[in-house]
Amino acid sequence: MFYGVSLTAFLVALWLTLSGPFTLSGDYPIVMTVGVISIAATVALTFRMRIVDRETVPVGPMVPLFAYWSWLGGEIFKANLAVLRMVMKPEIDMEPRLIRVPAEQRTDLGRCVFANSITLTPGTVTVDIEDDGFLVHALDGEFTDPAGFAEMGQRSDVATDGRREAK
Amino acid sequence: MSPAEIFHYVLFAASVAAMSAGLVFVLAGAIGVNRLPDFYTRMHAAGVTDTLGAELIVLGLLLQSSDWQTFAKLALVGLLLFLTSPTATHAIANAAHRAGHKPMLSRFKPAHPKDAGKPAGEG
Repeated sequence: MFYGVSLTAFLVALWLTLSGPFTLSGDYPIVMTVGVISIAATVALTFRMRIVDRETVPVGPMVPLFAYWSWLGGEIFKANLAVLRMVMKPEIDMEPRLIRVPAEQRTDLGRCVFANSITLTPGTVTVDIEDDGFLVHALDGEFTDPAGFAEMGQRSDVATDGRREAK
Repeated sequence: MSPAEIFHYVLFAASVAAMSAGLVFVLAGAIGVNRLPDFYTRMHAAGVTDTLGAELIVLGLLLQSSDWQTFAKLALVGLLLFLTSPTATHAIANAAHRAGHKPMLSRFKPAHPKDAGKPAGEG
């Protein structure tokens, strides 16, 4: 129920942002009615699909997720500069690698965030998902530092799993 | 000049700076796609375009937005790019991997164009 209310509140805020009239004069009652109908239909459909849970409505880990994203932004910036240097050098010198990165996140959401973070960082792309890790293609040996992957994995785990859910 | 005007100019300068930096990264991505040797490595170069390149241009536009709704919409565009581009990249990489496309894993060091045609070890 908590997730249903959060989803509704989020959709109302999104609708008001994207097409929001804040008055009820003129044609706006019709626009407002259409908005209410579309939000109600979306919430009803997601409930019917039974996917309203912690994973689809991540309100719990929202604050840690934003903190994680700002840290990730810094990492992406550094990796971007590294790829930029590599690509713009007059003489390209690199050695692409395919490595296995262990993924020890406790939840699927954590694994998903970790895999996406690896792909989002230029120089490394998650190529395949295996049971206990990812197959990662790296542009050069300098992008395959195991400690860097371990830190990113640990941070993504903490960000998505700050509050364990009792099953 | 009043402080409000100064603030306006500073904001404009920051916006232009962010968009110019974004352009550099987009251009580097395009150059990388042309220079790198195989499919997987070119994908990394394209990644530069859709992470920092696109985000810096969105940031530059954010600084120029006049009302909060435009600001919020642009912020949403940035967030959606941030969330969807890795998924798309992974889909392409995974498709190539499953189709059996082998990445080039040896050292890649082409000769400088000036040395092309000369036998190795000279010059």
